[in-house]
Amino acid sequence: MRVDLEVNGVRRSLDGVREGESLLHLLRERVGLPGSKNACEQGECGSCTVYLDETAVCACLVAAGQAQDSRVVTVEGLADGAELHPVQRAFVEAGAVQCGFCTPGLVVTVHDLLARTSDPGEAEIREALAGNLCRCTGYEKIFDAVRLAAGEAR
Amino acid sequence: MTGFHTAADLRHACELKAAHPDATLIAGGTDVMVGLNFGHTSPAALLDVSRVPELREWSREDDTIVLGAGVPYTRIVDELGGALPGLARAARTIGSAQIRNRATVGGNLGTASPAGDALPPLLAARASIELASLRGTRRVPARDFFLGPGRSVLADDEIVAAVRIPVAAGAEQFAKLGPRNAMVIAVASVAVTLDPPRRRVGCAVGSAAPTPVVAGDAETFAGAELDWDGRRELPASVTARFAELAAAATAPIDDVRGTAGYRRHAVAVLARRTLTWAWQEYRRS
Amino acid sequence: MTVAPARPVAVRDGVGDSARRPDAVAKVRGEFAFSSDLGHDRMVWGATVRSPHAHARVLGVDASAALALPGVHLVLTAGDVPGVNRYGLERRDQPVLAEDLVRYIGEAVAVVAADDPELARRAAALVRVDYAELPALTDPELALSGGGPVLHEDGNLVRHLRIRRGAMPAAADIVVVTGEYEVGMQDQAFLGPESCLAVPDADDGVDLYCSTQWLHVDQDQLADCLGLPAEKVRLTLSGVGGAFGGREDLSVQAHACLLALRLGRPVKMSYGREESFVGHVHRHPARMRYEHGATRDGRLLYVKADILLDGGAYASTSAAVTGNAGCFAAGPYEVPAVEIDCRSVYTNNPPAGAMRGFGAVQVCFGHESQMDRLAAALGMDPVELRLRNAVDTGSVMATGQRVEGPAPVAELLRRVAGKPLPPPPGTDPRLLPGGMSNSTRAEGLLRGVGYGLSVKNICKSAGYDDFGTARVRVLARGGDVLAEVHTAAAEVGQGLVTVQAQIARTELGVERVTILPADTAVGDAGTSSASRQTWISGGAVRAACAAVRARLLERAAEVLGEGAEALRLESGQAVSELSGRAVPLVELLVTEIEETAVFRHRDTQPLDPETGQGDAHVAYAFAAHRAVVDVDPELGSVRVVEIACAQDVGKAINPAAVEGQMHGGIAQGLGLALMEEVKVRDGRILNPSFTDYLIPTTMDMPPTVLDILELPRADSPYGLTGVGEPPLLSAPAAVAAAIRDAVGAALDRIPVTPEAVAAAAVGR
Repeated sequence: MRVDLEVNGVRRSLDGVREGESLLHLLRERVGLPGSKNACEQGECGSCTVYLDETAVCACLVAAGQAQDSRVVTVEGLADGAELHPVQRAFVEAGAVQCGFCTPGLVVTVHDLLARTSDPGEAEIREALAGNLCRCTGYEKIFDAVRLAAGEAR
Repeated sequence: MTGFHTAADLRHACELKAAHPDATLIAGGTDVMVGLNFGHTSPAALLDVSRVPELREWSREDDTIVLGAGVPYTRIVDELGGALPGLARAARTIGSAQIRNRATVGGNLGTASPAGDALPPLLAARASIELASLRGTRRVPARDFFLGPGRSVLADDEIVAAVRIPVAAGAEQFAKLGPRNAMVIAVASVAVTLDPPRRRVGCAVGSAAPTPVVAGDAETFAGAELDWDGRRELPASVTARFAELAAAATAPIDDVRGTAGYRRHAVAVLARRTLTWAWQEYRRS
Repeated sequence: MTVAPARPVAVRDGVGDSARRPDAVAKVRGEFAFSSDLGHDRMVWGATVRSPHAHARVLGVDASAALALPGVHLVLTAGDVPGVNRYGLERRDQPVLAEDLVRYIGEAVAVVAADDPELARRAAALVRVDYAELPALTDPELALSGGGPVLHEDGNLVRHLRIRRGAMPAAADIVVVTGEYEVGMQDQAFLGPESCLAVPDADDGVDLYCSTQWLHVDQDQLADCLGLPAEKVRLTLSGVGGAFGGREDLSVQAHACLLALRLGRPVKMSYGREESFVGHVHRHPARMRYEHGATRDGRLLYVKADILLDGGAYASTSAAVTGNAGCFAAGPYEVPAVEIDCRSVYTNNPPAGAMRGFGAVQVCFGHESQMDRLAAALGMDPVELRLRNAVDTGSVMATGQRVEGPAPVAELLRRVAGKPLPPPPGTDPRLLPGGMSNSTRAEGLLRGVGYGLSVKNICKSAGYDDFGTARVRVLARGGDVLAEVHTAAAEVGQGLVTVQAQIARTELGVERVTILPADTAVGDAGTSSASRQTWISGGAVRAACAAVRARLLERAAEVLGEGAEALRLESGQAVSELSGRAVPLVELLVTEIEETAVFRHRDTQPLDPETGQGDAHVAYAFAAHRAVVDVDPELGSVRVVEIACAQDVGKAINPAAVEGQMHGGIAQGLGLALMEEVKVRDGRILNPSFTDYLIPTTMDMPPTVLDILELPRADSPYGLTGVGEPPLLSAPAAVAAAIRDAVGAALDRIPVTPEAVAAAAVGR
């Protein structure tokens, strides 16, 4: 089938999409945006978090056809050209990146959190990030990055 | 799979479901897509109802909230915490922010898993389910909706359109148990509602029987024993008996997530606690 | 030539600085290429046909239905393996594709190539394999007793390490405690599932882009399997989404190469999460029987330990894990007499192999549980008992080896024990046991505190020729000096690329350093495991830099007309200590300089086969943990409130990265303590998904309190010691001890499930 959508501001028309295909597969294999990661295929790890019409979702749990005519923003769409988004910069500066497989999903989730709440408390940060698994960092420097980005945004 | 159908409105959704009775409905996708991604299920077609406007709205009719089946949990948490505190509390325990942004009550009902976290609150609150088809709309009490694991009274041509939930008349609680502090499938869950005007208690249990179940004996017992007028503190004997009766309503199994004995035990503990918390809230109100 | 007075400026982001990762920007932008992100023109996708039986004869394979699907190109079976159909890290006992026998559920039987991944998966499901089921051996005790089927030619015993030292004391006035402990099967659960891209060349060779921990050991095995000389199997490391031991063994590599070479087209393979659970080895499940004897005043007299590890269907690294579990069974304590038997066996369970901590994690739970039990029997504080017996420099370990480097075990424990305790629980249910489940208002909440001490070897042991290779090139580019560092060392997330660049900056006094992609065009770097890469490949980089520096200084000496001995490199110049004059390196690099160095640690010896005695280890690393938990005793839910960890790292080459390793290790230890277990019944994994194999979330991981000691070693680069594994080792033991402290009951198995906690709390 055919799916038309806007990804990171660019209109796309994709043919030959399978009916049961996920938005994640479409983004990675058809649009050529592999930034969103495929780690669990069941919404448990958050590595594929993207914006679907301004809402943060797991792209692996959205059927590609459900994204028809929608606007998708992926991790690749957050920076302003060469200029990193403050959340991205905070991840780099806080040392919140190790293997980096969870990083794209976390960057989008934190971007979303800070868009909704400018100064989240500890429990709030933990709750908001509970759907993003990281196996390397023990999350501590990711929390540092959230606080750093929140401070910068204020 | 040979088809992907997108419903524009409820009427259209019913037409599509009538024309493709073997199509699987998809809204938030949080159950359906897992099966597809893992290759565990291969539905004939998908019927996308995520953009059906009627399903994505809620309204208040007197003392009832009519909750569209496709309202995501995030909105239930944000918008209905006052009117439906039990459901809102349960919604907040579901998955992650990303999951709550997509997952819906309709999905929990359609999947009909005994572990659906939104289900015990619906049963406890004596909600009814609105099922739509080209044949018309019918209402089924939530307590009569489930037939077994993955099975319900939903017919092949029907769609869960809405849930009609009485606005909380008193305190409502929900608690669950999982092996992790977030992102868990409940090993057991309990919902309790107090309805002081009717001197009635609601209590339903999840993950401890082939379907979510009502703890009817516990409800009757508590309804009669609670000191609705004096609002005196709950005697330990009452909470203990309530807990026992709630546990007796279950028929749990051993599986990879927990043993039957532990589930029964957990139901008793959660029932005692949720009743206690709800009662404390009532006494303060 | 410009000869000028020196400008002394320390190099930025050198050794000891928390330099940023060179790959961090690409990673936060989503532009870093993991192996699963690779693609190629004309690429097809591979999928694997796996055994549904734990033990069966393979009677025949019929691929006709699969091949009949349009877009399916090829199905290969054992007969299509051109070389030796065996691979394995210690012994080549595992077929690339099963021949007449399958020995575990998930064993690869055939591979399929098709136009897209979905089609390949469907085609794999259509390959019909006829099996005759055999009785499955899934109980390691039975495997040991010889009561079941024999699974490999040499029998079911993989290794028996016997350690005997000292004479067992006579029974008078000894306090004796015994215990039986179990550790479940933990999964590495790296987030990036196995994947690779194999690209055939015109010359019958293949280029493989993959995620691995050790390029050259993959190359060796692949060359033999493919029947090609090593130089025709060229490997390049692609982005690795975590490893933790789970990428030491081959997974997709041989299958993708086989398909690519036969088809003459690039082949990509990429597992999903479910397949990943059978696609790599797991941590060995362990059953341990312990007996400790001590004097009334708490001096250990002896330790007896009998340890059984379930190695699963193939050997992988079972023998080495057995060695480690045996060597460290008594823990970081002075024990005059030991009697340790550590065995691993073959079963029809999923194969076990390397995971962070490598045998030392399992026994740490055993020996630390025993120390707590002994303290209780003695009526002594568990910290005091440990302090009284802790090893120090000069102490002798169970294997008779003297501890040569720093061994601040008592100091580490004192440090964690001395940290202020966290405040009592608050009222936010999110931060109470159960977290988001809203299951408690702190009813009957119990707090507990527990400790763990641990020891593990760093680098390879027991006579293994352990070395690393580095090539360093300096050149002038755009008026600046650039250093390029090339090794085959696998960056798996731990930050090796950062550390290599820091070492080059410090050694060469230059700012611009490029770390070239790791590949097999340069010599072997050894494995990214055993906490060894900063030491070994870092040492190789340092040595190659030293060789480059010597040549730069020779050139500078010529220009300055001074002896090279008095010159040093600093801020892109060669500076004379005597005259203070300097010459820019750029001007010395009309021709570039390149040097390759090989770095080895000192020799080790195998353990004596009768007594298990010998100097088998290069170095020991130590860690101490203190865990504080809140327990809901009725439901058994646990929230870890805080974990303190003190560790001696010798020298923190990158302090921020050291902290990152500690945080991550603690989290994996917490996971093993509370929730992580691959559940296996009749050889089948019951929970191959992240819905049922649970790893800690942000709601589970508590704040940590870290204490990093830097006591330099004499025998390592910059005095460093390995960092990666120690923060995991005693974390599970400490968490379990804290729960025991809270509920006042024994808990002899990890992970400690809520159900077990509730049962223990009731039974107390």
